[in-house]
Amino acid sequence: MTDLREAPDPAVMGDNLIARVDNVTMSYGEKIVLEDCTLDVVKGAITCVIGLSGAGKSTILRLLNGLRRPDKGHVYVKGYDICHMPERELIDFRSAIGFAFQFAALLDSMTVGENVALPLHEHTRMPADEIDSTVKATLDSVGLEGTYGMYPSELSGGMLKRAGFARAVVTSPDIVLYDEPTTGLDPIITNLLTDTIKHLRNKLNGTAVVISHDLHSIFMMADYIAMLYEGAMIAYGPTEEIRRSSNPIVQQFLQGSEVGPIPV
Amino acid sequence: MKVLEDLGKGTTDVLEYAGGLTELGGETLSFIAKARIRLRETVIQSYLLGVQSLIIVLLTSLFTGMVFSLESAAQAVRYGVGNLVGGAVAYTSVRELGPMLSAVVVAGRVGAAIAAELGSMVITEQIEALQSLGLAPARFLVVPRLLALVVMLPLLAIFADVVSIVGGMWIAQTYAHISYETFLSSVRQTIGFDDVTRGLIKSVVFGIIIALIGSYQGLRTRGGAAGVGVSTTGAVVISIILIFISNFVLSYILFGGATG
Repeated sequence: MTDLREAPDPAVMGDNLIARVDNVTMSYGEKIVLEDCTLDVVKGAITCVIGLSGAGKSTILRLLNGLRRPDKGHVYVKGYDICHMPERELIDFRSAIGFAFQFAALLDSMTVGENVALPLHEHTRMPADEIDSTVKATLDSVGLEGTYGMYPSELSGGMLKRAGFARAVVTSPDIVLYDEPTTGLDPIITNLLTDTIKHLRNKLNGTAVVISHDLHSIFMMADYIAMLYEGAMIAYGPTEEIRRSSNPIVQQFLQGSEVGPIPV
Repeated sequence: MKVLEDLGKGTTDVLEYAGGLTELGGETLSFIAKARIRLRETVIQSYLLGVQSLIIVLLTSLFTGMVFSLESAAQAVRYGVGNLVGGAVAYTSVRELGPMLSAVVVAGRVGAAIAAELGSMVITEQIEALQSLGLAPARFLVVPRLLALVVMLPLLAIFADVVSIVGGMWIAQTYAHISYETFLSSVRQTIGFDDVTRGLIKSVVFGIIIALIGSYQGLRTRGGAAGVGVSTTGAVVISIILIFISNFVLSYILFGGATG
């Protein structure tokens, strides 16, 4: 497994950054999704990426763990340019980055416990009983006591998302990527998941990048906010700075207004 | 110009497909060579893909052997060569019908199942989840299915051979009054161990084709539930076409010029 803590040249991005999407252009077929897009991910912080549907937010996450490669530009994680990493190395590399999918993406042929244990079985030499206790502790930490032997089809939407969180953090990765963690959930579960993300960040002493539309949840957890619009990163900064942004596109989005430069 | 454009695109698509399939096959074989095999999953897949196909393989082989015997026995007796029917049935079953029929039946049942399962995993992001966990889908999903079919398809072909010959023997006795002794004596004189092993070599190749095409079709699924349908149909059609083509090539290589 690639140990991100032993990267060759952390100075590539400066001491306070753990990852950087650097002037990336990317397209799916004819459609350009990102154009000269740059995002800094500050070490130990929660960075939220906001933007309209189809703005390329989920693509940013997939670039950060090498599931997609850009047409142009670079993606650095702890000093590594992962764009030029061979696929075999990238597979090992990804095990050091947690990824919580929008719909959890648990393997439906396995129980919740087996899903969460999977990265430990594959990437560590932990004995079986230690894996069992680690998995149970991780499930407890996201409020899923007693679900170890249940199948994903037996869980509610909120429980599925938390099981996805547990699988993403069970190896204590340096960075955890969350793809729309609160979409489609009621306000109580949304608050619960937001608290869970903050709790996991504090517990791991790590970094999180969150893609979301849910402004209430974002303002509760974000240290930094970046806004994508038409494939470009039009705003980036600490949460309070973005809240007070003079950019009319950012303000229209934050206020949810139909009137402004964003066509409805 | 439009015709040339379509021809160019078609050629590119075929080459792209062949390249992707070769890449998946190479990756899968490299994991097998390094013994990076999930044994428990391979056993489960052997049961699901092999054991659960047994009944349908037995039924199709039994009735095909019976039909072959029915068509040939009466004619053979009329021309005074009834003592050759056993050999004819066994020769055809062991060299061609056993491996081919079991492969075609398994391609329809198992190739479709593999493509549908992996296709559903693509559209529900489970494949991306595996990759994000640092797990190669080829090792995690394709290797167990490939090994299961490489082991189980020859076993199914052996069952198909036996059942086809037994069915033929019963019909020859009932319909054309060729005794079991005469039938079996002809079988023994006509086919040898070599015929059986060469037939089984065919089954191994067919197993690789079904597993790789089913997996590749599943893994390249795009476009939701409709995409899964397209992948599944494609897996069955492409597998069966490749089985027929490779059967000819293998027959030429393994039995070419030999008359028995």
